Order: sequence, then structure tokens, then C-alpha cells
Amino acid sequence: MSETAPVPARGRERFEYLLRLGDTSLVLGQRLGEWVGHAPALEEDLGLANIALDLIGQARLLLSYAGELEGCGRDEDALAYRRDVPEFRNVMLVEQPNGDFGLTIVRQFLLDGFQRELYAGLAGSADERLAGIAAKALKETEYHWRFSSRWLVRLGDGTQESHARVQRALDDLWPYTNELFDEDAVDRAMAGAHIAPPLAAIESRWRPAIAAVIGEATLQLPRERGRTKAGKRGQHGEALGYLLAELQFLQRAYPGAQW
Amino acid sequence: MKTGGEPAAHTEARVWSILENIADPEIPAISIVDLGIVRHVTADSRGVEVGLSPTYSGCPATDVIRSLVVESLAAHGLEAQIRMVLNPPWTTDWISAAGREKLHGYGIVPPRLLAGAAGGAEAANDEIPACPHCRSAQTERISEFGSTPCKSLYRCRDCLEPFERFKCL
Repeated sequence: MSETAPVPARGRERFEYLLRLGDTSLVLGQRLGEWVGHAPALEEDLGLANIALDLIGQARLLLSYAGELEGCGRDEDALAYRRDVPEFRNVMLVEQPNGDFGLTIVRQFLLDGFQRELYAGLAGSADERLAGIAAKALKETEYHWRFSSRWLVRLGDGTQESHARVQRALDDLWPYTNELFDEDAVDRAMAGAHIAPPLAAIESRWRPAIAAVIGEATLQLPRERGRTKAGKRGQHGEALGYLLAELQFLQRAYPGAQW
Repeated sequence: MKTGGEPAAHTEARVWSILENIADPEIPAISIVDLGIVRHVTADSRGVEVGLSPTYSGCPATDVIRSLVVESLAAHGLEAQIRMVLNPPWTTDWISAAGREKLHGYGIVPPRLLAGAAGGAEAANDEIPACPHCRSAQTERISEFGSTPCKSLYRCRDCLEPFERFKCL
């Protein structure tokens, strides 16, 4: 299963960090892709597909860079198609199944709010290549945030049914947000080298921004609860395995296949 | 020498004129130069280098454009390397004046200039554009996302025609 070759200690943390960013975008892009042909209306179908495309584009840039830093000859495809669950570094929030449209919107909203603060910070990274990727991704993420926060207000402040559904989705997904700000050795190394903004700084902007929209949507911000997850250290739920089975099927069944 | 021995400035001008004739694969009304994604052209003894920027990170046309550039230059005897340039990121402000005219003529509302305008992209994207078919101001947005990552969808309430608008980015 594991094709991971050792990485020199110096580059290891940055490699790990780029995998976290790239895998988070890749897994959410794949999840949104599952909506194609199934969204409530053609316009939302297009919207979710467009966001998926941006996320997968970001994942390609990030994983290509990760592969080059690793220096073992793995490119974006090798990293996306030939790693198994424990080697994925996405946060667990994004691997959660789509549920109904409301849950998809809540999941998107929570992550968009995080990514726009993250990319705004990374745009000033000491790592120029990462800064370039982030500056590009930031513009796209602002547009995603606009889409997900408007839908959250429309559903939250909508009918009794839509309100109840998004409130339930928010309650269910809230425990997964702890992980976004759970700082570990990799995060500290990145912040220390001015490659990434400190997670505490991101959280201090994320929290009021999402609270304002949640209030406008007449929803209740859930209270803190739940154990912090460790998707970014390779501990995932059952759902990710099924997602990867679909994502990776072709390259697993026909290794190296090309269009 | 791969550029055929002509002066570098001459080669670069020739490359630009070839690139001006490469249509965007998804919006064939405008060239990749009009779109503002060609960042630089340099020619020296090692050959030609063309700098390209993606419009969106995941735009599927990017790979196609890359091969189109390499093939078109090869057809003129020029061997080119492509360098992807991400920073500073592409903005719709780089679409040329001629490109904006062509978009309009093609039925796509061109993006508004963001430089110097208040409110940035968010305010610009909230402005309601006039219908490119009948010029009526009575239009409405159907969706913030359209058939390609760079466009959103509108409908005219007077002539009832749907139309697309280039998102301001």
C-alpha cells in the first residue's frame, strides 16, 4: 500500500503541510462533484460543479508542489490516485458525506470561511510559490464564500423545514471545526518559518465572520463540543475510504492509464 | 540557434502576432492575447519562452491553451517553452479594450474595470448589467455561475433572452 519514501527532515514539514492543503481541496472537490446531475436546480448544479473545479485546480497546484518538494518523483496524479486513507491529510470536515443540499451548504460555508482567511494569510507567505497559489485561490474562495453564505441565509431564514435542516447540519458538523484550528508541530514549524499564518490568527477572524452570517440566517451557533479530530494526521472516518474508492478506481484498476 | 538567427526583438514580435491569432478554446470570439493571459514572451539563443496565467486554478482550458501555443509556434518553426505564471494572479482588468468589444459583440457582457473602483469585485459583480441584445436595463441574475468558471448567467426581462456575463475577478 504505502509507496511513501522517506523525505529529508528539512522539507518534511512543508511537504506535510502542502498535503493538508491540497488534500482538503481535493476531497471537497470530489464531494461536490457527486452533486453533478443531482442538485435541486440546474443553476446550483452548475454552481457546485464550478466550485469543485476551482478546488480541484487548487489541489493540482498544491499537490504538484508537494511532490516536487518530496523529491521522490511523485507528481500530482501519483499523490491523488495512489495513496490510501491513512496517507491522506485532509481535515475530516470535508470528507463528510453530502447529506442534503443544506448540509452541503453548511459544510461549504464553514470551510470557505476558513480558507478565505487562510489564503489571505498565505498570500504573504515567505514561500513565494505558495504565496502565488494562495493569491490565486483567494479570489476564487471569496466567490465560493459569497455563494455558500447567501445560501445559508436563504435556507436558515427560509421555511421551517429548511431552517430545521440547516440548523441540524450545523450542529452535526460543528465538532469537525475544532480540527481546523488544532495547532500541531507541523503548523508551528510553518508559522515559525513565516510560511503560514498562525492558526490562532485565522480563528480570531473566522469566528466573528461566520457568527455574523449564522446570526443573519437566524441560526444558533452550536456550543463547543466533541473531541478534536485528526484527519490532518491521517486519522479518518469510514466515509473517506468510499470516496477514494471512486476517485481512484481507474488508476488502481489500470495503473498509468491515460486519456 | 532555435530562433533561426533573427534578432530577438524581431522573433518576439513574430511570436506575439502568432499568439494574437490563437482563439480561446471556450470563448473563440477572443484571442488569448485579448484575454490577457499571455504574461511575457522572450526569445534568446535557447529558444522562445511564453509566460501564461490561468484564468481560474481549475480552468480545463488551461492545458488546451498550453498545447495550442506550443503547436502554433512549432508550425512556424519556433520551439517554445511554456512557463506558468501565478503571481500576481490574473484579473479581468487585463482583458484588452479590443477584447471587451469582441465579447460584447459575441453576446457576453464584458467585466467592468476593477482598478480604482470602489467596492472591488464583490460590488462590481452585484451591478446589474444591460442586456447585450436589446440594451434594456431590466435584467436579472439567474445564477452566479455559468457554463464556464469565468461567467455568470442573466436573463433580460424585456426581450426575454438569456445572456452571460464575464465575472469581475
